[in-house]
Amino acid sequence: MLKQTEGSHAVAEAVALCRPEVICAYPISPQTHIVEGLGGMVKSGELKNCEFINVESEFAAMSVAIGSSAAGARTYTATASQGLLFMAEAVYNASGLGLPIVMTVANRAIGAPINIWNDHSDALSQRDSGWLQIFAETNQEALDLHIQAFRLGEELSLPVMVCMDGFILTHAYERVDVPTQEQVDAYLPPYEPRQVLDPADPVSIGAMVGPEAFMEVRYLAHAKQRQALERIPEYAAEFRAIFGRDSGGLVHTYRADDAETIVVAMGSVLGTIKDVVDEMRADGHKVGVLGITLFRPFPTAQVRDALQHAKRVVVLEKSLAVGSGGILATNVRAAISALPIDAYTVVAGLGGRAITKKSLHGLFRKAMQNDLEYLSFLDLNREVVDKQLAREKQMRRSGPIAENLLRDVGVVAAKIA
Amino acid sequence: MFQVRIHGRGGQGVVTAAEMLSIAAFEEGRHAQAFPSFGSERTGAPVVAFCRIADKEIRLREPIMEPDALIIQDPTLLHQVDVFAGLKRDGYVLINTNKTFEELGLSDFLKGWDPARLRTVSATDISIKCVGRPVPNVPLLGGFAAVSGIIRLESVIKAINDKFSGKVAEGNIAAATTAYNAVMRAMEAAKEGVAHA
Repeated sequence: MLKQTEGSHAVAEAVALCRPEVICAYPISPQTHIVEGLGGMVKSGELKNCEFINVESEFAAMSVAIGSSAAGARTYTATASQGLLFMAEAVYNASGLGLPIVMTVANRAIGAPINIWNDHSDALSQRDSGWLQIFAETNQEALDLHIQAFRLGEELSLPVMVCMDGFILTHAYERVDVPTQEQVDAYLPPYEPRQVLDPADPVSIGAMVGPEAFMEVRYLAHAKQRQALERIPEYAAEFRAIFGRDSGGLVHTYRADDAETIVVAMGSVLGTIKDVVDEMRADGHKVGVLGITLFRPFPTAQVRDALQHAKRVVVLEKSLAVGSGGILATNVRAAISALPIDAYTVVAGLGGRAITKKSLHGLFRKAMQNDLEYLSFLDLNREVVDKQLAREKQMRRSGPIAENLLRDVGVVAAKIA
Repeated sequence: MFQVRIHGRGGQGVVTAAEMLSIAAFEEGRHAQAFPSFGSERTGAPVVAFCRIADKEIRLREPIMEPDALIIQDPTLLHQVDVFAGLKRDGYVLINTNKTFEELGLSDFLKGWDPARLRTVSATDISIKCVGRPVPNVPLLGGFAAVSGIIRLESVIKAINDKFSGKVAEGNIAAATTAYNAVMRAMEAAKEGVAHA
């Protein structure tokens, strides 16, 4: 049914349609509305046979999820930012044990400085945790990907993070098509665990493994993740057959067939990029887009295929590997390393900085003239940066950087963007 | 695409207003996207929310920097926030106030603007009367339907029923209708004034 609703609410409805048996979560913006919504559905009886467990922290949330998933229950949680970091040890355990928990990450920056706004630093900090990571472009896709995530995770016995841009998607009201229970039941069979803690048939889960087999267990984690590259297109095709729309998959191109310049990105910013590309195409520029839906496992071959005929690639990412450069860009560069393509890394939108059409027009035009650095920062306020650097040169006790910059920038409450 | 920016203060229902405007547009079969300014909202602090309305899927995710219309829920913001930033020439402006544009000191700033697109409505008074609380957001949507013609009053009423129920819904429907009628009357009076001049 078509609805005009909040992204968080749409995801809560999708998760409820997947018949979760345990939901354990600790609130943190911008994820809170999702689990609040689910809590309300459990309380009202709309969501049956589901236990909603309030926990005292994110570490507890993931620990409870591990326990309930090991006991054979379909398990869901959600978090963001510092919450994801706080549960990090258990995040690795969930995947190491092969437990198909589904978790929404409502993407948000990581402090310090404290910042509640959107970027991809949180999810990408867990890129090597062994979880599958899928990024939604719209609220419709966020809704759909949660349904696919349970199917995929349970088939492979691996946990899945569904990443959606905090605030930009979670708090946006837009049109979504909410499927029926019959459709979801037809797509998602009941959870049949490969391993389960059952008193009638006792096993232990979580053995200590020494040098004799640890590498093999880790290799299998890698091999299983790579299996997802084959399964995801199959599941996306089945999804299309039942729900009548394309959602998920590995990567998606837009006007890229004859493109000399291809912009690579993840998440909701793809919408703004596509609008800019349409405008530039109307002016005769050969620009296209490659959207990465699946970040882990990284679809190296598909990325290479999509980019192989381009002259240059601009990777626009909402993350920064401090001291190195891009995170998404590192993966994309590796995929095309054997090809004669110029690649530019652009860090954008950190901590909720608006990524505007105007800035993207300027950026892509510069790229087409090969006038970009290897690594650049979109709309960086150089003046403020230089002022701080000068301050640090001038005096030993230059003071806290964040506070200095806020003073230099002045009141921001009066500005729109 | 038609873009609306709503300015108000935390507690006045700014974000809810944008969401309801998007629901009203959806009820008319259109695509709509509403989102808040993502601040750490506190009661009384300036809050901005946005709503885009279009006939095809809306992909754009930037804040609305060049609005076609402004709804200003609190006129004290005029002295604090650059609410008019980027407003398109002859864009619609609806302000919650008992004063006129002249009394608010906006005459010079909006000189030459199409006067039919500049409207005020006593939305706080109307909400106190109809809802029992100073929540100007919903009556302003009624007023916005009147001044802009972008959405119909019936759609605003549908959005009210989507968000609220019982007495709160009833009160808000009365408030939206009162504000709609007040703005319509003022517009007709202005038209007649022009005809007689």
